[in-house]
Amino acid sequence: MFSYILKRILATIPVMAIVAVFVFLLLRLTPGDPAAILAGDAATPAQLERIRDRLGLNDPLHIQFFTWIGQMLHGDLGTSLISSTPVAGMIGDRIGPTISIAIMTIIISVLLAVPMGVIAAWRHRTWVDFLVMSFSVLGFSVPVFVIGYILIQIFAIELRWVPVQGYAPLSDGIGPFMTRAILPSLTLATIYVALIARMTRASMLEVLGEDYVRTARAKGVRENVVLFRHALRNAAVPILTIIGTGFALLISGVVVTESVFNIPGIGRLTVDAILARDYPVIQAMILFTAGIYVFVNLIVDVSYSFFDPRIRY
Amino acid sequence: MQSLKPLSCMKRSLAAAFVAGGVLSAPAVANAQDDGKTITAVMHSGLRVLDPIITTAHITRDHGYMIYDVLTAVDDNFEPHPQMADWEISDDKLTYTFTLRDGLKFHDGAPVTGKDVVASLNRWGKRDSGGQMIFDVTESLEAPDDKTLVWKLSEPFPPLLGVISKQSAVPPFIMPERVAETSPDEPITEYIGSGPFVFNKDKYEPGASVTYDKFEDYVPRDEPPSWMAGGKKVNVDHVVWTTMPDNLTAMNALAAGEIDYLEQVQVDLLPVIENAPNVTVEMGDPLGFVTIGRPNFLHPPFDNKKVRQAALLALSQEDVLATMMGSDKYYKVCGAIFGCGTPLGDESGSEPITSGAHPEEAKKLLEEAGYDGTPVVLMQPTDVVSLSNQPVVAAQALRQAGFNVDMQTMDWQSVVQRRAQQNPPSEGGWNIFFTNWMVPEISDPLINVMLSGRGDDAWFGWPEDPEIEKLRDEFAHAEDQEARKAAAVAMQKHVMDNVNYIHLGEYNMPQARRNSIQNMIPSPVPVFWNMTKEAE
Repeated sequence: MFSYILKRILATIPVMAIVAVFVFLLLRLTPGDPAAILAGDAATPAQLERIRDRLGLNDPLHIQFFTWIGQMLHGDLGTSLISSTPVAGMIGDRIGPTISIAIMTIIISVLLAVPMGVIAAWRHRTWVDFLVMSFSVLGFSVPVFVIGYILIQIFAIELRWVPVQGYAPLSDGIGPFMTRAILPSLTLATIYVALIARMTRASMLEVLGEDYVRTARAKGVRENVVLFRHALRNAAVPILTIIGTGFALLISGVVVTESVFNIPGIGRLTVDAILARDYPVIQAMILFTAGIYVFVNLIVDVSYSFFDPRIRY
Repeated sequence: MQSLKPLSCMKRSLAAAFVAGGVLSAPAVANAQDDGKTITAVMHSGLRVLDPIITTAHITRDHGYMIYDVLTAVDDNFEPHPQMADWEISDDKLTYTFTLRDGLKFHDGAPVTGKDVVASLNRWGKRDSGGQMIFDVTESLEAPDDKTLVWKLSEPFPPLLGVISKQSAVPPFIMPERVAETSPDEPITEYIGSGPFVFNKDKYEPGASVTYDKFEDYVPRDEPPSWMAGGKKVNVDHVVWTTMPDNLTAMNALAAGEIDYLEQVQVDLLPVIENAPNVTVEMGDPLGFVTIGRPNFLHPPFDNKKVRQAALLALSQEDVLATMMGSDKYYKVCGAIFGCGTPLGDESGSEPITSGAHPEEAKKLLEEAGYDGTPVVLMQPTDVVSLSNQPVVAAQALRQAGFNVDMQTMDWQSVVQRRAQQNPPSEGGWNIFFTNWMVPEISDPLINVMLSGRGDDAWFGWPEDPEIEKLRDEFAHAEDQEARKAAAVAMQKHVMDNVNYIHLGEYNMPQARRNSIQNMIPSPVPVFWNMTKEAE
């Protein structure tokens, strides 16, 4: 297991290197000029040219690339061209809200979706199954911002149980944190509940037809034990995969939800950086996202063996 | 099937949900800081650039007015007044002597001295077009002592006080000498001013949130406040600007009392907030904005004056503005290139653009000009709401007049990069783009960058126009307001005839505030001094 994990970690190096080259070139080939954003609308072409010189944007591409790679190898993510702020600090400020919302979303989703999927499979082709699948289609189909606005209207404006917007870190207390994180998490959870419930149902349907399930039932094992200990555990691999991918997606930023609830997270940071062509921030964010995906996939792969002992590395 | 037992798991989930519900139903939210000491505001954009000299971005200018002070400032009559310094002008009008008032201090406790002012003006003069004109005739700028500044000119420059008092886009903010010695092409990294608020570096999140604390040692002037002039008395302890990219969220937050002030309300969303209790929707900026189209003088067809005139005839301010704003409460057909209601505002020669579209007359002019159907590359940014509609209306109007329009959609960043290209449109260049300005940014010939006629050194579009340069020079050397106005009117007529740019009228955006916010100063630049907040 240890050597497997080590190999996987080493394998991330070429992956990240390819992502770095690709992102760097892609950004330089995209139209746009950070100097123009920095200087504003009234700057003359000559002023822009001087600013580009100062920012190193007129240097040959290979010089710019090696300067950036050199910084990265020294653990320096660079400085924002627009705000002159260290990129690492910018990501550090924004990652907290994103991770908090992602964890809460996944917890809500798993708590709701797994039992829903199991019950739908158990009551296959009954009204319960139909109800779960209908919710699932709804969760997929309704745009996330619509759900967000509906929840705001009901819980923040009509009932006034929670604020309309904003984020409070856990260090401000569980109350402020929960009241601000619950609506965005519920909003995002609608998609993930739909996704995980469908996946759970499909996997469970496959497993419930297996001989060992029939045997367990024939032995008189209680139905909840059959479902949750025998069947669900064997159906867990695809469910874990979808939870892992979902978590990585949430960490890499959910810009619409962050905008609707005014959460200063990673998604808004990335979109703002793209609109301003703030190269160091975009490059760092894409590498960061790639790293998250690699890490989450590793965790998911390792966790397979926990649920299915037949899987060995 | 056997009976349902495994619901114990669901029961646990439900129990968890009820516990969470219990937490949530705790008496609601005191999100807004309603102690009367903190104002939470949502501005028109997030603050990302902190150097108010390197950029012309309005949000950075607004930030500048929070933490920096200026030597002189204009009131609501566009008249310059002393702010940090009084002045005397020599009889030959070649020497301006400024005397700093008592009690001026930077936020680090150091006194403001003449050397700080000299360094700040020098840096500003290298960035600002009006400042460059003053420095073109500057013989020396020196601080003979800590309180005095002597500005000697080689020839009289009557608009000097007006230029250094301008409120937008780049006012000459005064910084400590060590900060102001930063190259004007490089952003500053230390944010210390002598203005009424202190920038709270620890709470700054670029693009998301910025906090200002009251500067306890700030000594306001005694005069009543008027626009950027007069006493800047701060009545709250903190001002927080939070960025909300979604205007609907901002309006909901204002209605719920979570924020105190919303600088710009999207007009189509006004019904959401107009009848909300304890909220006032009003016009805060008395001047507003203009929207314009800029043709490229380097390439056909707009290198031909008659074709530009045909474009002017083809377009209608009313059509463009109505599409942009929806309601005529928020726009104004106005032919004055210096803005309606400003001291230099005059509508001479503007009838072609203010009296609706004239496609038939435009067609005739195109024929006279020998227009051969050369495609007009018109750039349409799709990601900036205030700039995405004008190109569509203009493209259709130009087509109706016989232009062959190639409207190319792109994001605003692509527009700003492409408009700097001097290549022919077929090789990545362009023919026309649209943008907006605040009225104070176009209200004076020395500030309005679109009036430069210096070819390659002019603003994008690069007109080579000796006539307008002559008129600007006349304006700069006019002895009195009457002569200045005469030069401005001549420029107005010239621009309408030569079509240096297409003035597409004025619009304004309402602001909204909680009723607990009082004593706001109506001003083109949103200011937070004088403002009071009562506890709700």
